[in-house]
Amino acid sequence: MTALLSFRDVWVEYGDKVVLERVTLDVEQGSFVSVVGPSGAGKSTFLRLILGQEGPSHGQILMDGTPLTPECGPDRGVVFQRYSVFPHLTALQNVVFALECEQSPLLGKLFGRARRDAIAKATEMLGAVGLEHNLQVYPAQMSGGMQQRLAIAQALIKHPRVLLLDEPFGALDPGIRLDMHGLVTRLWREHGLTIVMVTHDIKEAFKLGTRVLTFDKRRIDPHAPNRYGATAVYDIAVKRKDGDVAAVLAE
Amino acid sequence: MRIVNIRPQRGIRILTGAIPIAIALIAYAVVSAARAEANPHDKVLPTFLAMAEAAWRLFSQVDPRTGEVTAYADTVASLWRLSIGVAIATVSTLLLGLALGAVPIFRSTLGPFITILAVIPPIAVLPILFIALGLGEASKIALIAVGIAPFMIRDLVGHVSGLPVEQAIKAQTLGASSWQLILRVYLPQALPRLIESLRLSMGPAWVFLISAEAIASDVGLGYRIFLVRRYLAMDMILPYVAWISLLAILTDAALQWVSRKAFPWAHGEAK
Ligand SMILES: Nc1ncnc2c1ncn2[C@@H]1O[C@H](COP(=O)(O)OP(=O)(O)O)[C@@H](O)[C@H]1O
Ligand SMILES: [Mg+2]
Repeated sequence: MTALLSFRDVWVEYGDKVVLERVTLDVEQGSFVSVVGPSGAGKSTFLRLILGQEGPSHGQILMDGTPLTPECGPDRGVVFQRYSVFPHLTALQNVVFALECEQSPLLGKLFGRARRDAIAKATEMLGAVGLEHNLQVYPAQMSGGMQQRLAIAQALIKHPRVLLLDEPFGALDPGIRLDMHGLVTRLWREHGLTIVMVTHDIKEAFKLGTRVLTFDKRRIDPHAPNRYGATAVYDIAVKRKDGDVAAVLAE
Repeated sequence: MRIVNIRPQRGIRILTGAIPIAIALIAYAVVSAARAEANPHDKVLPTFLAMAEAAWRLFSQVDPRTGEVTAYADTVASLWRLSIGVAIATVSTLLLGLALGAVPIFRSTLGPFITILAVIPPIAVLPILFIALGLGEASKIALIAVGIAPFMIRDLVGHVSGLPVEQAIKAQTLGASSWQLILRVYLPQALPRLIESLRLSMGPAWVFLISAEAIASDVGLGYRIFLVRRYLAMDMILPYVAWISLLAILTDAALQWVSRKAFPWAHGEAK
């Protein structure tokens, strides 16, 4: 079987600066990949490649066997650490947005029956992330945790093939972070998601992931720090037993 | 306690805010009364009574030569020029600001050109406008539009292109086309900023209006002030200045009100 995502000798260079080198790996459907590594190692760059926000300098990235185009599409959902939701839309409007884009190319707005259906769908999705009582609230009135819940609901309404998370809980309080761990684990199981999550918290990486990738430089030239790039130096499969999952959900 | 940490309460704020205004008015009353006593025909600092009389004539009496109430005719003419000029500037700002702010290739094509336009002092092109468009309404309206549009366009382009790139990425992962991205993400976030820069541009807009009217016109608030200046008629000029200021304050309050009502999220308010 072909992997969902497959990196073939991928390099990313900005001018003289090599950020990623020789990245070759596959991501299986249904896996939960945690990505860790020191700051500046290219974790976000790796995510941006999958997202299609930029393309590799060399090498190839395949999704379901076909090369990715360097443009974002609706088969990949994303949640950033910040700015993932639209400040001018309420929670409900933020989620309905995706359905409006799909069904109304010209106006980006739905009316009548189509609108009611979209609102019902979005409301259900918001309920799944625990925001059923905050439908009419603007992001500025929400806590950081609520905004990230909203961003997840917004991404999931499109049923993406892969969900990309870039330090999604980095700015949250420890207690809220635990809640979010439970939420993401539950959604991952219930929706059969494939997730790639960047985090700087190694415990979080092992707790949530079925696989932990560590990005770092294999070689260092002391006279030219930009000469060599980072790659996946460790690739660890994590046995996530059902008991562990239940523990995360119970927290 | 450090003075930077003292935060006056609302009542005190109103009181302290009123003090300088009261002092200025009282000082003016005292000085103008003294001058009137020394010379009853003094024109430079008319008393409040003299100004009220002049204002009464201007604002309520029909001028037998024109058959109109002077201040009314002036206000209608000036506000008409101002609103058309400002409307042209606002609409072009919205279109260009969105196009340049959202589309990098438009920005690299037209951005430098607009930057050059923005450094030209608008009053310097007034003679060109007079030559090209004549001395009628068109050149005055054009001066206002040309005078404020480059600043507003640059401001809006900066705002739109400076919106977090995460928003554009997110919208595209949600299936938005370029058009939907502009319509649903950039346009709504551009509008409150547009109102904000319009509020800042109203001051310059009045300056351009009054300048154009002072140079070539036969009706209008600016025309009137510069006309009666020849007779040192401060008793007419000052009420006109107060009237213009009042119009400016009301316009500003109206714009702010519209922005708060239409875009509560931009003011940190709930729906
Ligand atoms: N557009 C760019 N141009 C030049 N350098 C970049 C660009 N984007 C990222 N970098 C560099 O690439 C390196 C990796 O960045 P990033 O992927 O954000 O790291 P991480 O997320 O692991 O902290 C950093 O040194 C950063 O300065
Ligand atoms: Mg990063």
